[in-house]
Amino acid sequence: MAMRPLLLLPEIVLFLGGLTVLVSGSFLPRTRQWVTRVIAAVALVAAAILAAVDLPGSAQPAMEGTFTVDTATGVARIVAALGTLIVLALASDEIAGSPRESETYALFLFSTTGTLVLAGADDLLVVVVGFLLASIPLYGLIGIARTPRGAEAAMKTYLLGALFGILLLLGVTLLYGVSATTSYADLTDRLAEAPQGVVAAGVVAVLGGLMFKAGGVPGHFWVPDAAEGAGGAVAAFLTTVPKIGAMIAAYRLIAMLPDTLAWPLLVAVLAVASMTLGNLAAYWQTDPRRLLGWSTVSQVGYLLVPVAVAGRSDLALPALLLYLAGYTVTNLAAFAVTTALPDRRDLDSYRGMGRARPWLGASLVVALLGLVGTPPTVVFAGKLTTTAAAWDGGLAWLAVLVFVNTVVSLFYYLRWIAPVYGRGEPPARTLPGAFIPAAWSATTAVVTAGLSLALGIGAGVLWRVFSV
Amino acid sequence: MLSLIVFLPLAAALALLALPRLGDTAARWAWVAVAAADLALVVAAWLRYETPTAGRLAFEEQAEWIPGVNSSYHLGVDGLSLPLIAMTAVIFLACAIFALRETDRPRLQAALFLFLQSVSMGLFVAADLILFFVFFDLSIVGMYFVIAGWGHGNAARSAMKFFLYTFLGSLALLVGFIGLYIAADPHTFDMVELAEQTPFAGSSLAGGLVLAAILIGLAVKTPTVPFHTWLPPAHTDAPAIGSAVLAGVLLKMGTYGFVRIAMPMLPEAWRDWAWVIIVVGIVSVVYGALVALAQTNFKRMVAYTSVNHMGYIVLAVGAAGLVADDTAQARSVAVTGAVTQMVSHGLITGALFLLAGVLQDRAATYDMDSYGGLAGPAPRFAAFFAVGAFASLGLPGLSGFIAEFQIFTGSIAAAPVTAVALVGILLTAALFLRALQRIFTGETRGRSVGFTDLRAAEVWSVGPLLVLSLLIGVFPRPLLAVIEPAAEVAVELVGR
Repeated sequence: MAMRPLLLLPEIVLFLGGLTVLVSGSFLPRTRQWVTRVIAAVALVAAAILAAVDLPGSAQPAMEGTFTVDTATGVARIVAALGTLIVLALASDEIAGSPRESETYALFLFSTTGTLVLAGADDLLVVVVGFLLASIPLYGLIGIARTPRGAEAAMKTYLLGALFGILLLLGVTLLYGVSATTSYADLTDRLAEAPQGVVAAGVVAVLGGLMFKAGGVPGHFWVPDAAEGAGGAVAAFLTTVPKIGAMIAAYRLIAMLPDTLAWPLLVAVLAVASMTLGNLAAYWQTDPRRLLGWSTVSQVGYLLVPVAVAGRSDLALPALLLYLAGYTVTNLAAFAVTTALPDRRDLDSYRGMGRARPWLGASLVVALLGLVGTPPTVVFAGKLTTTAAAWDGGLAWLAVLVFVNTVVSLFYYLRWIAPVYGRGEPPARTLPGAFIPAAWSATTAVVTAGLSLALGIGAGVLWRVFSV
Repeated sequence: MLSLIVFLPLAAALALLALPRLGDTAARWAWVAVAAADLALVVAAWLRYETPTAGRLAFEEQAEWIPGVNSSYHLGVDGLSLPLIAMTAVIFLACAIFALRETDRPRLQAALFLFLQSVSMGLFVAADLILFFVFFDLSIVGMYFVIAGWGHGNAARSAMKFFLYTFLGSLALLVGFIGLYIAADPHTFDMVELAEQTPFAGSSLAGGLVLAAILIGLAVKTPTVPFHTWLPPAHTDAPAIGSAVLAGVLLKMGTYGFVRIAMPMLPEAWRDWAWVIIVVGIVSVVYGALVALAQTNFKRMVAYTSVNHMGYIVLAVGAAGLVADDTAQARSVAVTGAVTQMVSHGLITGALFLLAGVLQDRAATYDMDSYGGLAGPAPRFAAFFAVGAFASLGLPGLSGFIAEFQIFTGSIAAAPVTAVALVGILLTAALFLRALQRIFTGETRGRSVGFTDLRAAEVWSVGPLLVLSLLIGVFPRPLLAVIEPAAEVAVELVGR
């Protein structure tokens, strides 16, 4: 075992990029803060390229076996870096010229680094480090807008984060207490001989911490508030990027556990709770961002489906990665529409948008139907493979519940689509002048929606990369 | 060849969207031209078509798509699908011609219908379950925008109901598909391979559950009683060409699924459940006809006769599952009748819905009692309407008779009790004659006064559909020659 720090080059690049952004931001005048955005973008692109170069390789341990660089880590690096890059594009409209511009970018980069540490963690203590590194910047990001709602959301997130962070540490302590190790490599065997009650309590606590990060039941309470109260770019970030690390960490945790207790059932129950609660709560929301916030809670439920059969089906890991990649692109497309029209905070205010701005309207339809899992968007391929994995792993009922929930979710997405294409709107609402979208966000919405379609049609290529 | 047929309309749709400066007239005629070109391609394919060996497909195309789950881009046709793609091409061309007078966003409408045409063609030639599902779902999305965007009355609500209901069905279907995939060894979504493997042979419970999921999915789309409640509002509020495509093409996706997917891939479960399917068919026939009889809204009435007509198809494919050695011939006749009925219903109901669109256009109501003596001011409309009505009620010499005659010949031979469904024919005859009488006979009164007769675009869109129905009724041989071998194969497969 060796340190081999070069294996962590993408994470190092991101972190150093964050530091550079922070320092240079302090010395640049307000009018030239855009330089820090360029630095952040360069760091993200560099991290994604470095990860892509490394990608088709077998698993390599780093940091004395506490961190693994394998396909999952590699995909997480690429998806998280590109996801944050898309968020930067959204920020170009909203945050450019604001008093806290460079700080926001730095926090994005630090939080992304944290999510990547989570994704590669092969040791419970590294999971804790990743959790903290991903969470603490997030508290700042949510509150940085300095609005009353933002402050409330930041406070709520912080308190919940502190609670679940302690829970996570408690779980790690329990598991360490019965096994005398925190390394996944040794935990499998030692946990098999440990008292099962303690193991169960420890695993539930660790999983609870990860669910806070992912925004799933039971750690989901902060998500809708933060999505509504934070700025648009931050909302897009916090509902997307942290999930990447948290879900892969959950996968590694479940795959590592010995086959002594009904872990698949535990995760499946969490999955069903997340998707059902998220969908039902989203039903009558009128704020598009809050609606998307609840929708991401339900998406965590779908993401947990392959985690439930971790190690029991060959399809599970590639399906999880495919869903994560597809979800990231599609969810960002939906948020891009809301940041393109940041003042329209009511579903009803979108009336006539489809005729006034056909491309933006089409992007919204692709994004929302994509989140439902309508083919040929990439989330469909993800949903298909995750449910096939669940069925393959012996949880056919979970696959059925996924589809029942999908039907349930269709209604609230349609509640948003319907006014966009409603008929009989006065010309004042259907002329291009009625909707003036922010340029970067509108372009990003079209690009990400197109990407969602393209990746869906090219899902075979993605699958081949993910299943190495 | 098939890829071109499928994607030509889609390419044209994208071109129309990318050219916002194109004038409305140019967009309308471009739509007609592309639909005609697609029909020409289908005709060319038909002329070159040779019946493939049993269990195989003609004009096969295959390319890797998602190899990780053994799903490929696999296309092919046989005697079950070729008549349907021809019918689809004809109906879309008729809609394109009918819409030449459209004034509400014609460019977008043309693009949307071309998209729907691609999707429908793709569904009928798909030889991979996932590909089939992709087109199945996209047809719902496309039709949602047709109803919500160009409908009238309570269009938003009807469109929403349509979307939610049929989407539920499509996901039930997907559950069934995943079940087939998991049970197959090696795992695959390929239709040809699945039909060879019959994955659930020997496990009747699991096979029955998977068949139930698939049947629910297809029954919602078809629709059969008790899953038909989305159909009347969707039809009533849809635009005329939307209704024609919905009834003519989209409903066939359900019935086509029975013969293409459920029967060959789950033969054992199909035989076990044959009686349930027959009963659902009979109930749909009788109930659909009775409810249609009670309607005063013409479009709603035609919508319910669709439930009745789809019921005959369900009855026939159900009877095909009653395997006995001496009835193989009869069951094959029933399946041939079912496929003929799909084509015939598409043509006739498409024509009737377009004619209903003329009523809405001239007098803004479908209420039959608002008219009277319409034959006076609109003789051409009356003549077309009469031909459509007689075709729909199964008058000999028209396609409906050929289809229903075969369905009953085959079904009654396999299970004499299915003769109960003959009541349905009597009822449809009564309701269409009554509609004719209400709208066209007597003194010219109400909305009939000043009714403008059919215009050229309407004649040239509805006319060909009725002429084709007549041609099939008089010379059914060319059509049956294509369908019969495929029906025999289907019956053979379900008997395994």
